[in-house]
Amino acid sequence: MYKNKLSNFDIVLLILGGLILLFIISPLLSMFLATTPLQLFETTQDQEVIDSIWLTLRVSFLSTIFFAIGAIPLAYFLARTKFKFKKLVNGIIDLPIVIPHSAAGIAILGFISRDSVLGKAASSVGLNFVGHPVGIALAMAFVSIPFLINAARDGFINVPVKLEKTALNLGASPFRVFLTISLPLAWKNILSGLIMMFARGLSEFGAVVIVAYHPMITPILIYERFGAFGLKYARPVSVVFIIVCLVFFILLRTLSKEKESNNA
Amino acid sequence: MLKLKDISIKLGEFRLKNINLELNKGDYYVLLGKSGVGKTVLLEIIAGLIKPDSGKVFQNNLDITREKIQNRKVGIVFQDYSIFPHLTVKQNIAYPLKRKKINNSNKDELINKYASLTNITHLLDRNTQNLSGGELQRVALARMLVSNPNCLLLDEPLASLDIQLKGGLRNLLRQINQSGVTILHVTHDYEEAIALSNKVAVLHDGEIIQKGLTKEVFRKPANEFVANFTGIKNFFIAEFTPINTAKINKTLEINVSNKDEITKGKIIIRGEEIIISNERIESSATNNFKGRIKQIIPYLTNHEIIIDIGVDLSVVISDESLRKFKFKENSEAWVSFKSTAIKVIP
Repeated sequence: MYKNKLSNFDIVLLILGGLILLFIISPLLSMFLATTPLQLFETTQDQEVIDSIWLTLRVSFLSTIFFAIGAIPLAYFLARTKFKFKKLVNGIIDLPIVIPHSAAGIAILGFISRDSVLGKAASSVGLNFVGHPVGIALAMAFVSIPFLINAARDGFINVPVKLEKTALNLGASPFRVFLTISLPLAWKNILSGLIMMFARGLSEFGAVVIVAYHPMITPILIYERFGAFGLKYARPVSVVFIIVCLVFFILLRTLSKEKESNNA
Repeated sequence: MLKLKDISIKLGEFRLKNINLELNKGDYYVLLGKSGVGKTVLLEIIAGLIKPDSGKVFQNNLDITREKIQNRKVGIVFQDYSIFPHLTVKQNIAYPLKRKKINNSNKDELINKYASLTNITHLLDRNTQNLSGGELQRVALARMLVSNPNCLLLDEPLASLDIQLKGGLRNLLRQINQSGVTILHVTHDYEEAIALSNKVAVLHDGEIIQKGLTKEVFRKPANEFVANFTGIKNFFIAEFTPINTAKINKTLEINVSNKDEITKGKIIIRGEEIIISNERIESSATNNFKGRIKQIIPYLTNHEIIIDIGVDLSVVISDESLRKFKFKENSEAWVSFKSTAIKVIP
C-alpha cells in the first residue's frame, strides 16, 4: 500500500486538499491568536457569558433528551416498517436541514405564539413559549432533530431482524426485545446522533434569534456583542464558546472511532 | 403434539402448498429438501415469525396459528445461530429466564445444567465474538433448551460445521431428543436423516412428496426424486411381466424375481452388487448387458462408474479394481447382476 514516490496526481490532491484545510483552520486560528490570555480569562469571569453558556448547554441537552423519547421510536419504526409514503416521511425528516434556519424560526414562532393553539394552551397555564427557554428548546430541536433520527434509523437498520425474531421466540415481549436487543445494538449510532443533535442545538442562531432573543444563548450573545461593541468584544466570547463546542466535537469523533474499531 | 394442516404460503418466487405434518411427542422428525425450497419458512410459520396464507398450526390440539410468538412453546434455532453479540455466553443463555419468575440460584442451576449438557460450561463468562461455529451452535441450543420448549425447530444445525464437529453435535442432538424433547430438523443432507431421525418428510417444489418412518422412506422411495435425494442410485419405474422379467423405464428388459406377481412398481439395484468387466463373464447372474461408460467419479474409498446400458446404471468399484481393469470413460464394458440383487417395491 505504501507509495515511495508521489505521483503528479497525488501532488494535485495534496495542494487542493491543503488549501481547503487551510480555509477551515485559518479564520479560527487567527481568531484564537488575536485573543489574549487576559481577554480569555476576563471572559470566563463574565457572569453574562457564563450564564449564557450554561443556558445554551442546558437547553440543548434537555431538548435533545426530551425529543429523543419520541425520535428514537420513530427511527425504529422507519427502520423496520415498510409503508407507502416512507420516502415522503424520510424527506420530511430532512426538511429542517435544507430550509433556511431563519425561516424555520419564523415557522416555530407562528407555531408557539400566543395566537396559535399551542400558544393559547400554554398561556392558559401562565406560560409564554416566546422568549422562554422552552421556545429556545423547540427551535433548537426543530433544526437538529434530523441528525438524531437519521443516525438512529441507520443504527436500527444495521441490527439483524433475525436477532429480534430470536428474542421473541425466546419468550421476550416486543417491548423487551426493543429495550434489550435493538436499542443496545443500535446504541453507538444513537449516541452519535444524540451528540450530533446536542452539538447542532448548541450552535443554532437563526431559528432561536427569532423565537427568543432573551434569555440569551451564546450564539446570540456573540452577535449582540459584535453589534454593540464590535469585533474585539465579540471575539473572546466566540473563542470560549468554540472551545466548549470543540470538546463535544472531539467526544463525537472519539465515539465514532470506537464504533469503527468495534466493527472491524 | 404439533400438527400442520394444509399450510400454504407464497413468498416471492417460491411457495409452499398444502403442507401437512404431524409430530408426536418424542419424535425426531427430519424435513429433507434442497436449499431454497422453503424449509426455513415452514419453521418460521410454526414459530409464528411468519403468518401462512392459509392452513393451521396446532399444538396439543390447540390452534396456535394466530398465537403470539412469545406465547408458543416452540423454540427455533437458526442456521446462523442468532447469538446476541452484545451479551456474554451466560447472558445469552439466561435471556429466556428473565421473563420467568424464578430466583437467582435456580436460574444459575438451570444455566449450569444446560451449559453442562451442551459442554460449554468453560465458556460461560466469555464474549461471543470469538467463539467458533460449533461453540455458537451449542450456546444457541443451551439458550433454547433453558426456555423449556415443547418442540425444538432446528434449521440446518449441522450445515456450517466442520466434519469433526458434526459427530459431536449429532450425539448432542440425539441426547436432547432422548431426554424427551420433540425435534423438527430441516436439512438438505439425507445422512443426517439416517443418523438422527425416526420420521422423515421430503419437500420438493413446495410440496411434501413423501413422508413416514425414516426406514420406510429410505427403503421404499416413492419416486426417483426421493430416491436420488435419499442417496439411492439405480432407482427405476418397472412394468413386470408374469414370466419374471420387467421392463425398466420403458426401455430395458431385465430378469427379476417377481414372487408377488405385481404388474407395476419400482426397483432398486444396489451399485455394490453390480459386477463390471471388460468382457462378458459367465456366472449365475442372469442379467448381462453391454454398455458405454459415461463417467467415472472418484470418492474417498472407491469409484462410481455411470454406464449407459439403455438406462444409466451406477456401479461402485474399488480403487484397486479400477486400476486393474483400466476402465475409461467412453469405452465399452459389460455389467452383470443377479435377479436376486434387485429390490422390488410395489
